Amino acid sequence: MEDNIMLDLRNIHKSFFIGTPNEFEVLHGLNFTVKKGEFVSIVGQSGSGKSTLMNIIGALDRPTAGEYTLDGIDIEKAKDHELSALRNKKIGFVFQTYNLIARTNALKNVELPMMYAGMGRAERTERAKMLLAEVDMTDRMHHNPDELSGGQKQRVAIARAMANDPAIILADEPTGALDSATGRMIMDIFHKLHEEQGKTIVLITHSPELSQETERIITLKDGNIIGESAGHWDRAAKEVE
Amino acid sequence: MLFTENILVALAGLKANIMRSLLTMLGIIIGIASVIAIMTVGNSITSIVNSTMQDLGANNLEMGVVQKSQDNKTSDSGANYGTGYVRDMTDQDLITQDMLDAFKAEFPDDIKYVLKYENVGEKGKVTEGSKSANVQVIGYNKDNFEFKDKKIIAGRGFLNRDFENAKKVCLVTDKLVERLYNGDNDAIIGKQIEANVGGSYYSYYVVGVYEYVQEQFSFGVSDNPTTELIIPYETARVANHNQNKGDYYFTLVTSVNTDNDEFATKVRDFFNINYYSRNDAYEVMVVSMTSMMNQMNTMIGAIQLALSAIAGISLVVGGIGVMNIMLVSITERTKEIGTRKALGATNGSIRLQFITESVVICLIGGIIGIIFGIVLGTVAVKLMGYEAAVSLSSIVIAVGFSMAIGIFFGYYPANKAAKLNPIDALRYE
Ligand SMILES: Nc1ncnc2c1ncn2[C@@H]1O[C@H](COP(=O)(O)OP(=O)(O)OP(=O)(O)O)[C@@H](O)[C@H]1O
Ligand SMILES: [Mg+2]
Repeated sequence: MEDNIMLDLRNIHKSFFIGTPNEFEVLHGLNFTVKKGEFVSIVGQSGSGKSTLMNIIGALDRPTAGEYTLDGIDIEKAKDHELSALRNKKIGFVFQTYNLIARTNALKNVELPMMYAGMGRAERTERAKMLLAEVDMTDRMHHNPDELSGGQKQRVAIARAMANDPAIILADEPTGALDSATGRMIMDIFHKLHEEQGKTIVLITHSPELSQETERIITLKDGNIIGESAGHWDRAAKEVE
Repeated sequence: MLFTENILVALAGLKANIMRSLLTMLGIIIGIASVIAIMTVGNSITSIVNSTMQDLGANNLEMGVVQKSQDNKTSDSGANYGTGYVRDMTDQDLITQDMLDAFKAEFPDDIKYVLKYENVGEKGKVTEGSKSANVQVIGYNKDNFEFKDKKIIAGRGFLNRDFENAKKVCLVTDKLVERLYNGDNDAIIGKQIEANVGGSYYSYYVVGVYEYVQEQFSFGVSDNPTTELIIPYETARVANHNQNKGDYYFTLVTSVNTDNDEFATKVRDFFNINYYSRNDAYEVMVVSMTSMMNQMNTMIGAIQLALSAIAGISLVVGGIGVMNIMLVSITERTKEIGTRKALGATNGSIRLQFITESVVICLIGGIIGIIFGIVLGTVAVKLMGYEAAVSLSSIVIAVGFSMAIGIFFGYYPANKAAKLNPIDALRYE
């Protein structure tokens, strides 16, 4: 296997058990790879299986069948606590609904993954402040989630996703609950992470324009990949500019 | 590190739902408060009883002439069976001074004093002009007088001849002098005072004034307490027209080195073998103060334990309440649990988080309960008129117990949270 591969999914099936005798298959044997440093978007109709796929990529769920390696790690063989460590260190999640921990201020939210990683208090606070500064949230770092706007919450969530300097960022409709201007700002942050830090990003979106901003667009329909196309973003072009 | 973080999260959660948290803690609060209150009252009573008994003399043996147990005698005369009663006590049944002297000679190292007293009247009154003081007129024998060791603050104590000649002399308290002679202790020395006991008058020369010490078993402070007007034992017998050849009740004060339980047997045997073997109805019984004290302590301890156990039921109910609220809280926070797992929380750290939360609830409840319990117990003991003795050990146990309840009743919900599948938790609506 090439060592510039971040994600390698082969023949991934996922079924949900919805009461005997029914097994409801949502993903019907997907194959695709994502290179290190790639910015990929996944599009498709509602119910096509995007989130289901994302949960498998994020090691939150296991495929029913198929092989999946993330940064060279065989997910199928990993134990629960190994998956915890993997999610902690390798993956940064950004959710549509932000999923900040209630009654816990922005700073503490960003510190959380570092705390689970066993980082010392002073060190993680310092890093959390730095990450919040990057998303321009320094002013509001002592505010609890219920005192922040949607866009602000999502910026905190992105800072939190970056906490342990993950190999890959997984964002499931991160702008879905935001107005277009705020969504734009969030997208700009992703571009910055992609370009400046070379992060691998997998983005699920309903917006055709946003997907066009990525390097590669994977289209899902009814649990199958029905197409792959290049986005308008072009690293080479950017570098030439 | 995770530990303090968990406590902070737990506290924030409790603060967000103050009413709910308090209601949840109620069972724990009530349970711990009642246990602490019961322990405080029990311990106070125990220490009061013990110190009172210590005052009376922990080295004392109580000795008395009692009915013989009739088991082997009444089998053929059914009439007496069960009551043990044969006949009234007569002179022949009493312990005379000669017997006591022989007894003292037998155990010179063990016996320090043989206390005798003769009560003339408990509800006496001494009047001076318009003023009066309540007195108990009581006769002490020489041993008793020496043992009680009253602090003489004016005049003198009793002399040998006062006892031997049954002199009509008395000692009064400074309290009495305070009431009748405006506290002029010297003025009363040598005066003859008259005590009216239920219409009978007894007059004695005051030879000394001793310091009044309030007894521990007295409710509140009276400005006219009944104090002892002490006269020699022999004088008291004269006053009572007591012609008996002896007495049937004594207190023995033994030396510090004497093992009282062992000595009690020796005393009983001495009298029963030498003087009562042919007595058809009476014998001598001896009880040591220490064994009485132990019995009393065991009894109080048992009552305390029983009451605490009943109060403890409320702790179990409280624990179940905590478990219930933890289950509710975990359901409410399913999405949070999912998020934490997505961020890398292990099952163990989730479990620890919720156990910590349940322990924090129980601990706060426990501490509130301890405070309530101490206040309640102290007030109760104060109302009874004593000093409260809060036991440190009961507080330590209460703290430990509430933590244990937190762990025990928090484990199941916490484990349930820990075992949630991350994606199911995240998708939970
Ligand atoms: N836990 C589950 N149990 C049963 N069915 C499920 C479960 N999770 C997802 N599904 C089904 O799988 C299909 C794909 O769901 P998924 O959430 O992946 O869609 P999606 O592409 O993300 O849609 P959307 O764009 O609306 O978010 C849906 O039909 C859904 O009902
Ligand atoms: Mg979805």
